[in-house]
Amino acid sequence: MHQEYTVIEGDFTNAGTASSSVKKTLKQLGVAPQIVKRVVVALYEAEVNAIAHAYGGKVLVDIEADKIHMVVADKGPGIPDIAQAMQEGYSTARPEVRDMGFGAGMGLPNMKKNVDMLNVTSEVGVGTTVEMMVKFV
Amino acid sequence: MFYHALEIDEGNCIGCSRCMKICPTEAIRIINGKAIIMEDRCIDCGKCHEACPVDAIYIKQDDFKMVHEFPHSVALLPAVFLGQFPDDIRVSRIYAALKDLGFKHVFEVESASSIYVDVKHKYANEHSDDEPLISSFCPAIVRLIQIKYPSLVTNIIPVKAPLDISAMYVLKLLTEERGVPREEIGLFYVTPCAAKIAAVKAPVGEKRSIIDGVINMDSLFNKVYRKIKEQGKGYTYTALQTPQLSADAILSTLTNGERRICRAKRSYAIDGIQNVMDFLDKLENDEVEGVEFLELRACDQSCAGALLSIENRFLCSERMYARARKAAERERNGEVARAREMDAYKDYLIDNSFAEPAQPRSMLTLDKDLTKAYEKLEKINKLKMYLPQVDCGMCGAPTCEAFATDVVCKQVGLTKCVFYQRHLERLNDITRQECLAASRSVWGEDPIGDGEPPVFS
Repeated sequence: MHQEYTVIEGDFTNAGTASSSVKKTLKQLGVAPQIVKRVVVALYEAEVNAIAHAYGGKVLVDIEADKIHMVVADKGPGIPDIAQAMQEGYSTARPEVRDMGFGAGMGLPNMKKNVDMLNVTSEVGVGTTVEMMVKFV
Repeated sequence: MFYHALEIDEGNCIGCSRCMKICPTEAIRIINGKAIIMEDRCIDCGKCHEACPVDAIYIKQDDFKMVHEFPHSVALLPAVFLGQFPDDIRVSRIYAALKDLGFKHVFEVESASSIYVDVKHKYANEHSDDEPLISSFCPAIVRLIQIKYPSLVTNIIPVKAPLDISAMYVLKLLTEERGVPREEIGLFYVTPCAAKIAAVKAPVGEKRSIIDGVINMDSLFNKVYRKIKEQGKGYTYTALQTPQLSADAILSTLTNGERRICRAKRSYAIDGIQNVMDFLDKLENDEVEGVEFLELRACDQSCAGALLSIENRFLCSERMYARARKAAERERNGEVARAREMDAYKDYLIDNSFAEPAQPRSMLTLDKDLTKAYEKLEKINKLKMYLPQVDCGMCGAPTCEAFATDVVCKQVGLTKCVFYQRHLERLNDITRQECLAASRSVWGEDPIGDGEPPVFS
């Protein structure tokens, strides 16, 4: 089952559109509530990242009977040092983004905590792709 | 099976579908011209009851005659009951009328409020890991979380309601202190809403309730009011002991009543079922951080806006505030509230006020088997693309999506959709008669009369 969503830069009012829709689908499938929560938390973080740091992008979701595969691909400044970005508290968010309650530097670490597979690839000046997978059982 | 207090009177129901459209859990369908409630989805919030234009949705209650079957009938009143009466009717008159109606004892359930608060604190102290803790005060909210937000059931504080604690206390008082045999005691809860009835008849997390019967607040109001008018101004009466709830107890059933005295650093009080759902959607996504306590109530203005409240919710609420102000003044003057009488049994009551945790029972899950659920969801999604997405409700389901789900999961015929009918007509795949039959299976025999249509010039 394939779902696609477009993320627009700075459009915080629509942050969570993809994760809410995915949440509903997983509930319909009867995926255990704790797992649904992990998926939703991780995907929401990724969505917010694309809105806050990049110039928008796409969310591609593929749901199978035993797992969910999510790709959040943005066009943006990219991440020069991924290992550094994976550290808790490390943030490059602009002050106005922080004022909105985002950009605490917990994004990538929080995603990693919640998923079974996380793969971040990035090219400076081009964009970042976050790939995540969560197993249902 | 889940007990429901809301029932549809088929004789009155005109199948207008107002209830179907307003139901927050999409629990209503129209079949053969009548509304049908799906029991596994209904949370007894009563939105349908409010929306019904012909009073076809009623709330089951026990026969009032039961009150006379017990030598010691006890009326367990919610504080909002007194808030129903105009200011010129004294509380002692109301209590006298209750006595004349057959109650030997009257007890306001919020008397147990301080013990209820203690039990919640005790639980909160030991379960800070489960924050935000959600109050189980409103039974419609507990059911909503069970079916729609199953991942949040572990956040619900598993304690009994003040009503149950009061009932335990009254039983102790009458049997142990006054020597009344249990079988002579009849505990009657006067309920302001349908959800509380369902909670009494089939408590979540408890085996059974000790309440013997339930009386609807609106019908008791009518009986009491009539009695007072009958008796007239000069009537001399001996009243039962009138209540002296604390200000906190009086306010506890109103919005913010729990929150204002909770110990949490950050907490919210949210009333109105749509507001609650909007918030829970965010909470489920972990979008709200650092919240320790949530007071959630299904009705706007909480119990003052309950289904069986006769009075306008704001007038009722203000009367309760006025009463609370007087109580607060008494407390400041050092008068001891009658609520303290429960202190003798405090330990017993606290020990017995914990309930089994609520279990999830998701209404959204399409099949127990994940693979089958997946297949069904694929079919539903395909069907959804095919349907017009106008949510007209002509198929007897609230939305195109709900209809697609019914078609896949309950083998409901696709021809119930009027758009699909037109499509088949164009293909010459369906006769006019077949179309009529499909629509009649939703709306019953022609809702439009046989006479000549009116002519407009």
